[in-house]
Amino acid sequence: MPSEPAAQATLERPIGPPPLDAATPPARPARLLLRFVALGYLAMLLVLPVGAVVWRTFAGGIAPVWQAITTPDALHAFWLTVLIAGIAVPCNTIFGIACAVVLVRQRFWGRRLLDAVIDLPFAISPVVIGLALILVYGQAGWLGSWFAERGIQVIFSLPGMVLATVFVSLPYVVREVAPVLREVGTDQEEAAWTLGASPLRAFLQVTLPSIRWGVAYGVVLTTARALGEFGAVSIVSGRLAGQTETLTLYVENRFEAFDLVGAYAAALVLAALALLVLLAMTRLQRKEGR
Amino acid sequence: MSILVRNATRRFGDFTAIDDVSVEIPSGSLTALLGPSGSGKSTLLRVIAGLERLDAGTVEIDGRDATDLPPQRRGVGFVFQHYAAFKHMTVRENVAFGLKVARRPKAEIRARVGELLELVQLPGLADRYPSQLSGGQRQRMALARSLATQPSVLLLDEPFGALDARVRQELRAWLRHLHDEVHVTTVFVTHDQEEAMEVADRIVVVNSGRVEQVGGPRDLYEHPTNAFVMSFVGPVTRLGGLLLRPHDVQVLLEPDGTAAEAMVDRLVHLGFEVRAHLLLGDGQRLQAQLSREDAEELELAQGEIVYVRPSRTRQLADASAGPPGAWPQPRR
Repeated sequence: MPSEPAAQATLERPIGPPPLDAATPPARPARLLLRFVALGYLAMLLVLPVGAVVWRTFAGGIAPVWQAITTPDALHAFWLTVLIAGIAVPCNTIFGIACAVVLVRQRFWGRRLLDAVIDLPFAISPVVIGLALILVYGQAGWLGSWFAERGIQVIFSLPGMVLATVFVSLPYVVREVAPVLREVGTDQEEAAWTLGASPLRAFLQVTLPSIRWGVAYGVVLTTARALGEFGAVSIVSGRLAGQTETLTLYVENRFEAFDLVGAYAAALVLAALALLVLLAMTRLQRKEGR
Repeated sequence: MSILVRNATRRFGDFTAIDDVSVEIPSGSLTALLGPSGSGKSTLLRVIAGLERLDAGTVEIDGRDATDLPPQRRGVGFVFQHYAAFKHMTVRENVAFGLKVARRPKAEIRARVGELLELVQLPGLADRYPSQLSGGQRQRMALARSLATQPSVLLLDEPFGALDARVRQELRAWLRHLHDEVHVTTVFVTHDQEEAMEVADRIVVVNSGRVEQVGGPRDLYEHPTNAFVMSFVGPVTRLGGLLLRPHDVQVLLEPDGTAAEAMVDRLVHLGFEVRAHLLLGDGQRLQAQLSREDAEELELAQGEIVYVRPSRTRQLADASAGPPGAWPQPRR
C-alpha cells in the first residue's frame, strides 16, 4: 500500500501497541488467563501424553513398529475390534433412533423409567456390566444355559463381546438424537403424510434428513466408545490371544509382557482408527454443509 | 368438495378439545374457523385432515365417509402455521414431493411445479433452500406444495400467524385472490376476527370445543346469536342490561326520559372517529364511538355531563340473562 502523507497525518496516535488506559475493559487479562488455563489443561492432559506415545513408538524407527503391528495376534486384535464395532454401531444406531422416537413422541406409563434406564450404561462401571453379562449369559446363567444347549457359546466368545460393547455404547445415539428430534417436531412429517407419503417414507425422506447431524454425532461417539471399550469386554472375553483379544486388550497384554514398542504401536493404531472415524464424519458434514 | 362433520368429539386426557361438533362446509367455499386459543378450532381442522383421530362422530369429504381414512388418502392439502418446509430440499423439490410420491412422470412434475411456482409468485426461487426465503415466501411455497397434488380440500392452520403485520395483510388479500382463481374448498383457522371477516365468505365461530354460530361476516356482526359471538366478532360495550356496539350508543346533550346520565371521562381522537369513554351514574363504564362531525357538533369535552341511550333496537336482547361476568371481555 503506498503511504500517503495526508492519510498518515490523520492518525491521532503514533503507531504502536494501543495504550492501556483505565477505560479498556478489565476482561482482557482475565481472558488471557482463561485461554492459558484452557490450553495448558489440554496440553498437560491430552497433547503431551498422546505426543509422548507417538514419540516413544517411533523412537526406534519405523521397522520395529511395523513389525509389532503386523504380528498375527496384533492383526487379529485389529480385525476383531473393527468387527465388533461394525456390529455394535449399526445395532445401536437403529435402536437409538427408534428409542429416541419413542421417548420424544410417545406418552405412556413407564416412559420416565425408560428414559432413566437408557442412561444406566453411563452410570454403571463397565466391570459391573461385564460381570452382569456373565451372570445372565454364562454357562450357568439364565439365558446362557439355553444358548449352550443349542451349541452357542456367548461368554468367552464373540457374541458376548458384541453384547458388552453394545451395552456400554448404547446411550450415545439416543441422547444425541432425542433433542434434535424434539426440536424438529412433527409438522414436517405430518405435511408429508397429507402429501400421500407413507409413515415409513415420511420418516426416511423427511425426518431422518432433518436429524442427520444428531445421528452422525451419535454414531461418532458410539464408534469411539466401541473401539475403546476395555473393562466389560475384558471380563466377558476370557482374553485369549489371537481369539478373543481386541486392540485395547492386546495393548494391555503387550504392556504387561514388557513389550513397550508393541503396546505403544497398537495404542497408536487404536487412536488412528478413532481419528479416522472423526475425520470421515467431518468430511461428510463439510460436503453436505450449506 | 363439501365437508361434513357430524357429532365429532375429541378428548386429550381430561380435556375435551371438541365436544359433539357438527358443521357443514359447502363445496368451493372459503371458510374460517374462528375462535380464541384453546377453543378447539385447530383440533377440528386436524380432524378433517385425518391428523387427529376422533373419539366419537364422523367426517365426510365429498360425500364419502373419511372417518377412518388416514391423512394420505383423504385428498387434503394442509398448510401449517410454521410452514413445515422440508429444510433439506429446494423449493422445487418441496413442491414436487407429493407428485413424486404419486409417481407422476418427470415431465409432468416439471411442468406442474413451474405452473405452481408461477401461481404463488416464486418462479425465480426454485433452486433456493427454505432457509434462504422470507417467512411469507416460505408460506407461499408451502401452499404450492399442498396444491401440487390437486387436493379436493385445502386446510390452513393459522397460516399467517407467524408473519409480521404487513406481510400478513398482503397474504390475506392474496389468499382471497388465489381462492377466486383455484376454487378449491378452503378452510382456514384463525383467532383474528378481522382476518376471518376480510378473507372468508363463511365463518364458523368456535368456543370451548363447540360451534357457537355459522354465517357470513356481515351476518355474524349484525345478527350474533349470543353474547360470545357478539363480543368476539367486534367491539362491544354495555349499557344497563344491554350489550351493544359502541357505534350504536347515542349521545345526547339533553335528558329525554329514557337516556341515562353519564360523564365524559376521556376522549380519544382517532382521525375519522372519536371514542368517548363514559362513566355512568352507577359507576359502570361505557364506550361510545362517534364520527368526528358528530363529536364536534356536540362539542364534547372531558368532564361534561351527557345522556346516552341505545340508538338501535337490534342489540342482543338476552344479554342480561346470563350471570354477570360470564362473557369474555370485549376485544380491544
